[in-house]
Amino acid sequence: MLQTPTRNASPLVSLAGVGVRRQGRWLVRGVEFSIAPGEIVTLIGPNGSGKSTTAKAAIGVLKADEGRVERKAGLKVGYVPQKLSIDWTMPLTVERLMTLTSTLKGAEIEAALEATGIRHLARAEVQHLSGGEFQRALLARAIARKPDLLVLDEPVQGVDFSGEIALYDLIKTIRNTTGCGILLISHDLHVVMAETDTVICLNGHVCCRGTPEVVSQSAEYQRLFGARAGQTLAFYNHDHDHTHLPDGRVLHADGSITDDCRPNDGHHTPVVPSGRAGPMRIVHTHGPDCGCGHDHGAAPDDAGQEEKRDA
Amino acid sequence: MLDDFFMRALVAGVGLALTAGPLGCFVVWRRMAYFGDTMAHSALLGVALSLLMNFNLLISVFIVAATVSLLLLLLQKRGTLSTDALLGILSHATLAIGLVMVSFMTWVRIDLVGFLFGDILAVSRADVDLVWGGGILVVFAIVWMWRPLIASTVNPELAEAEGMQPEKTRLAFMLLMALVIAIAMKIVGILLITSLLIIPAATARRFSTSPEIMAVLASLIGALAVVGGLFGSLKFDTPSGPSIVVAALGLFILSLITKPRTSVVEHSAANQGGRA
Repeated sequence: MLQTPTRNASPLVSLAGVGVRRQGRWLVRGVEFSIAPGEIVTLIGPNGSGKSTTAKAAIGVLKADEGRVERKAGLKVGYVPQKLSIDWTMPLTVERLMTLTSTLKGAEIEAALEATGIRHLARAEVQHLSGGEFQRALLARAIARKPDLLVLDEPVQGVDFSGEIALYDLIKTIRNTTGCGILLISHDLHVVMAETDTVICLNGHVCCRGTPEVVSQSAEYQRLFGARAGQTLAFYNHDHDHTHLPDGRVLHADGSITDDCRPNDGHHTPVVPSGRAGPMRIVHTHGPDCGCGHDHGAAPDDAGQEEKRDA
Repeated sequence: MLDDFFMRALVAGVGLALTAGPLGCFVVWRRMAYFGDTMAHSALLGVALSLLMNFNLLISVFIVAATVSLLLLLLQKRGTLSTDALLGILSHATLAIGLVMVSFMTWVRIDLVGFLFGDILAVSRADVDLVWGGGILVVFAIVWMWRPLIASTVNPELAEAEGMQPEKTRLAFMLLMALVIAIAMKIVGILLITSLLIIPAATARRFSTSPEIMAVLASLIGALAVVGGLFGSLKFDTPSGPSIVVAALGLFILSLITKPRTSVVEHSAANQGGRA
């Protein structure tokens, strides 16, 4: 299910050891990943874990205080921010919203509105849209300028379950038709878009990464959510070798406690018993206070997730 | 035609209103009303400094207003006090320092009331040229930066992510504000400048379906207020600056009473249903 051919293309953006510090505190540190054309990367993690910060560092809205962010020359970004409230005093129709940052032809605007299914709302004021309609309008605006990289910060917020499935289907279609790379931020820790190539779990640093587990085969899941949802959504099994304590410190699998947690701090097992190598390979079982909020009832590791290194 | 003092007042006032329209819209959209007030109040410090150093009044006011806005940006970045409190301090501190300085300069006689409330009936031919020259400059600048200005008003991070420079846009906008305040001081006075920015824009909101329409409407409504206010002041022998503001307020109240073409308070369902 991975988009292997696109893997070899040069990345649109790549982060190496990226950290962002504000007021003496590291919001996020040691982040490594890259996004190739046609690739979908999903960032997940609890509130305040640095997902938005990481995305902003990737597109240059925030400057990284350490590490390297490399963007392809002339990279065209389409951005859907997490919070966007348009002041009531500004009269802005959906149609006018489309040309916020770039001039577009009428046909391009119509195509974007058509693709997101809100063509009938072209002349509606944005302040009057429902949560789902507004998210679609923002998505339409972001894709209308034909970006190389689409950055979507919680695009399904305020959208009900069927709307969420529809939005994820739409994002998948956008990727398939335009071939753009997508950086998706999700507040859901366990259910991600099935088309995701790489899931990165953040909590001030990269806790674990992997591919989502396709659940469409699971009869139980299909009974619960329906066949269509099963094709759109997937479970992500977390794979942590450390626990985030309430005071912000980190308990490692080897029993030690440190102030922060980084890939090369010596507390992570570089080689797993099975012989597969990974930068943060999982040797511990999750506890109930694990920072990712994962329900650790089931054994986490039997899915045999591939640990992927960035190209 | 400009030989008559009343004609000069009309031409200068209308010129200022046309300039203030689009700028005022941004003040409203960006919730900068109090910020504009602070810059305007600091103009009195500019007046005092210009008298003290025998320097051009307009340039002095412009420099002080621009400095105050930059100072605010710096203080905001330190983040120890809320913007609200910082504005309160800067606004009244600059006004008070200006007043104190003026009172020390016993060798100059200045018309303080004229600076505080404006003296549009005393504008000279050179003032008219200044208002129109400066006004055209400001309007051209706003038209030229229109898209980045709108985009960074909606969301600065979005604008930056998509290749714009919202910080620079903001800085340019503040300089334009300082320029308009320097020009407007003589016409409506330090204490009433922001009303000419805000009231026409607020009035235009209900009749607008796009930012562009709102900017143009605000200009026209402002011009109407200037004409109405000046004729009112002639008829009732009232001070001209305050009369213009009262006329603008009258138009605003009128706009609240009249039923707008496109409702902005109706519920969304009804609104979209009508369009579908």
